[in-house]
Amino acid sequence: MSAASTAEAPAFVAKTKTGRITDFVDSRVGGSGILREFGRKVFPDHWSFMFGEVALYSFVILLLSGTFLTFWFDPSMAETRYAGSYVPLKNVEMSVAYSSSLNISFDIRGGLFMRQVHHWSALLFVASIAVHMLRVFFTGAFRKPREMNWVVGSVLLILAMAAGFTGYSLPDDLLSGNGLRIIDGVIKAIPVVGTYISFFLFGGEFPGTAVIGRLYMLHILLVPALILLMIVLHLFMVVVHKHTQYPGPGRNDGNVVGYPLGPVYAAKAGGFFFIVFGVIALMAAFFTINPIWNYGPYDPSPVSAGTQPDWYIGFVDGALRLMPGVIGDFHFEYVIFGYTLTLNVLLPALVPAGILFTVMFMYPWIERWITKDDREHHVLDRPRNAPTRTAIGAAGFVWYCVMWAAAGSDLIATHFHVSLNDVTYWLRALFFVGPIIAYIVTKRVALALQRKDREIALHGRETGRIVRLPHGEFIEVHAPLDEYKRYKLVGFESPVPLPAVPNEHGVVTRKEKRRAFLSRWFFEDRVAPATPAELEAAHGHHAPAVEAAEESKTLSH
Amino acid sequence: MGNHSDGSPNHSGTVATAGQNEVEKFQDPGLPPHRLRLADTDPKAAKRAERQVAVLFGASVVGTLIFLVAYFAIDLGAGSGANIATIRLQNALLGLGTAFAMLGIGTGIVHWAKALMPDHEVSEERHAIRTEEDRLAAVRIVDDIVEETGIKRRPLIRNTLLGAVALAPLPAIAVFGDLGPRPDNKLAHTMWAPLEGKLKRLTRDPDGTPIKASDVTLGSAFHVIPEGLNELHEGKLNEKAKAVVLLMRLDPASLKPSAGREDWSYNGIVAYSKICTHVGCPVALYEQQTHHLLCPCHQSTFDLTQECKVIFGPASRPLPQLPIAVDNEGYLVATSDFKEPVGPSYWERDEHERSVNS
Repeated sequence: MSAASTAEAPAFVAKTKTGRITDFVDSRVGGSGILREFGRKVFPDHWSFMFGEVALYSFVILLLSGTFLTFWFDPSMAETRYAGSYVPLKNVEMSVAYSSSLNISFDIRGGLFMRQVHHWSALLFVASIAVHMLRVFFTGAFRKPREMNWVVGSVLLILAMAAGFTGYSLPDDLLSGNGLRIIDGVIKAIPVVGTYISFFLFGGEFPGTAVIGRLYMLHILLVPALILLMIVLHLFMVVVHKHTQYPGPGRNDGNVVGYPLGPVYAAKAGGFFFIVFGVIALMAAFFTINPIWNYGPYDPSPVSAGTQPDWYIGFVDGALRLMPGVIGDFHFEYVIFGYTLTLNVLLPALVPAGILFTVMFMYPWIERWITKDDREHHVLDRPRNAPTRTAIGAAGFVWYCVMWAAAGSDLIATHFHVSLNDVTYWLRALFFVGPIIAYIVTKRVALALQRKDREIALHGRETGRIVRLPHGEFIEVHAPLDEYKRYKLVGFESPVPLPAVPNEHGVVTRKEKRRAFLSRWFFEDRVAPATPAELEAAHGHHAPAVEAAEESKTLSH
Repeated sequence: MGNHSDGSPNHSGTVATAGQNEVEKFQDPGLPPHRLRLADTDPKAAKRAERQVAVLFGASVVGTLIFLVAYFAIDLGAGSGANIATIRLQNALLGLGTAFAMLGIGTGIVHWAKALMPDHEVSEERHAIRTEEDRLAAVRIVDDIVEETGIKRRPLIRNTLLGAVALAPLPAIAVFGDLGPRPDNKLAHTMWAPLEGKLKRLTRDPDGTPIKASDVTLGSAFHVIPEGLNELHEGKLNEKAKAVVLLMRLDPASLKPSAGREDWSYNGIVAYSKICTHVGCPVALYEQQTHHLLCPCHQSTFDLTQECKVIFGPASRPLPQLPIAVDNEGYLVATSDFKEPVGPSYWERDEHERSVNS
């Protein structure tokens, strides 16, 4: 019996030692199957696909540098007197958290470097997520079947901001302490439960002695764990959907064109991790970020002028600055049924961010409802070929930027020697007008670019060669495009508005009318892609002239 | 047909394209022909690329060495006399070393991939994310599972389970009940309230020395904390966060105190809470010429000559005034606590203000 089963042993015997080890593992985890599935999987390539990679890699660097920092950081808010080697703060009363942050910077070799790496990667992490999302939005990559992955990405953006803010507060320096002070003020403005939430967060009155330890737990355990979970979900869905690709010859919704994972794509993507790490190391080496020793320990009394939050919190801070507390004799804070409602804090803190994130989360479904488009899309839109969407994105982006700029209103004023009040008035106006201007301008620019594409597809590209015709007319010779380049300019859809359609009872519902209205708004301004017939006509019209020109040129030589 | 601006309804949801006629569209010419790189045709170029990759990997080794030398050769230990300049130097060298080490590997691999690895783009079919066959099979399985549990036939089990599951997380919320104490009216009071009938002196921030009225010259400003704050052993920052005050002296004629506040100032000396009524930053900037107080966080501006009324910015409420007088030794004292809660507004604020004044 046993002899028989031994005889049926696997036929494959590896020749080398490495081979035998690989075979041992493979026969126990089924690696061959995984490799067969993924080893040559095709990934489309484009520079704009790298932002997501930057985000992933900066998160890895955050985990590495952050782990180092936890070995020395002590989140206690107990009072101590500084005894480290930074002379200006010698013997100053401060919290243990701040003192240990100073020690990391000045008394632990490489500690300052790690702090710098950690902070720069955090800024880059949020920035690359934001840019990645802009790319996804403007190219329409959020459309079916990727709506849920867009939501996971949006959650990641919020988590990244949460990770950033909780980490920013940990050193318990003057700057971050004022940041917490502002958060406390905003929390207290929440009706009914605000005061309780504030007391629960700070373990009593602000600043108390609990908040740094609590933020530390959130920062090193809860938030990173959630980020990791979301990243796993995100990448899982990328594998399920396969990557999108830019439009072009040979690419359609049924295929995926690109480089195989092994070796080219893996090498490029893997190498890119080291490049991101290298660039962050360069920034950490030469650009100081968050010099906490200049700020001093947190104290509720002093504050330095020109205080700025980290960039990703800026838009909320800016919105707080833009809101007037009093207009004429109207106070935005008033008493209702004997309780205080402080709308001058509540509105700017919650409403703009609320609108931005709600629209962001829901946008795939909004567009899906308006366009009734239920097809899968794997080929991206060039932003110009979806003018209304691009204009909506630009409007949102400008709105965000106005708020973000407002967070630096004092710096704008001092830098350009203008009145701080005027800067605020202008930004208040731009808060409302800016998105509208951005919408109109972007839509017109997108349509103009589409017309330009049509022009080039039909009449060829400008060669810069000016030719004089026999009767004296000067013309510029246009060279026809090859069919591959032309296809890139004409291979897109230009949907027409979808009028209201009666439902199964033969009734055109109110909702359907609204949808039809939005559909008209979305698609009524459109430029149709050039057709072969038009190209034929254009050639019929132009060819003789150009040929004549060529002829005359030959003659003149 | 052909007219693509009227847009007839299209039930499939497929959008109309120009001309509405598939024949009229340009046909996809397929992938463009592959173009060879220099290194594909010229063995010399390939060899050169190979050497470049090796040099980049070599640069990485140099970077690692720079890091190690900078780490071990520069000592930050106690008594080493390390100063900011040394730390900056070490930071720069560690960063430079890491950058070289990482960029060397990264650019080397990418250069290798771009110059030497095959650059043929390949096309792969996409597959349906879900097939109808799978869906039907899954539905059958779920139906079988539901059937076997019998949950539809036994509503008693289903309903009691739903009830139990709905209630079970409540303890998980309740255990956070001790995260903080109840607010009560802690926010309504500060350290300025007289202790056992003794009025608190105004003292300098941070050293705690008392301030004589005669020290406060016209146009000057003091950052003030209450007497005894520095001696607190617990909750010092909590008290300070409510009690800090700005003390300024103006021409008494420019102050127009409202009814009930006539005796809150002394000889043109006024004291106002330094905690912004917007979200609580310290209102740290005093513009002496205009008698404006400016909060550097969100630029709320308060006018001292109008009892710190808001004249610009997001704050909605004047800064609370601290009633002051002079004791028999000539030192400034607070005659009472603030008559309203200081700092950012909160839901119960008005209630607290009424209780303070009753």
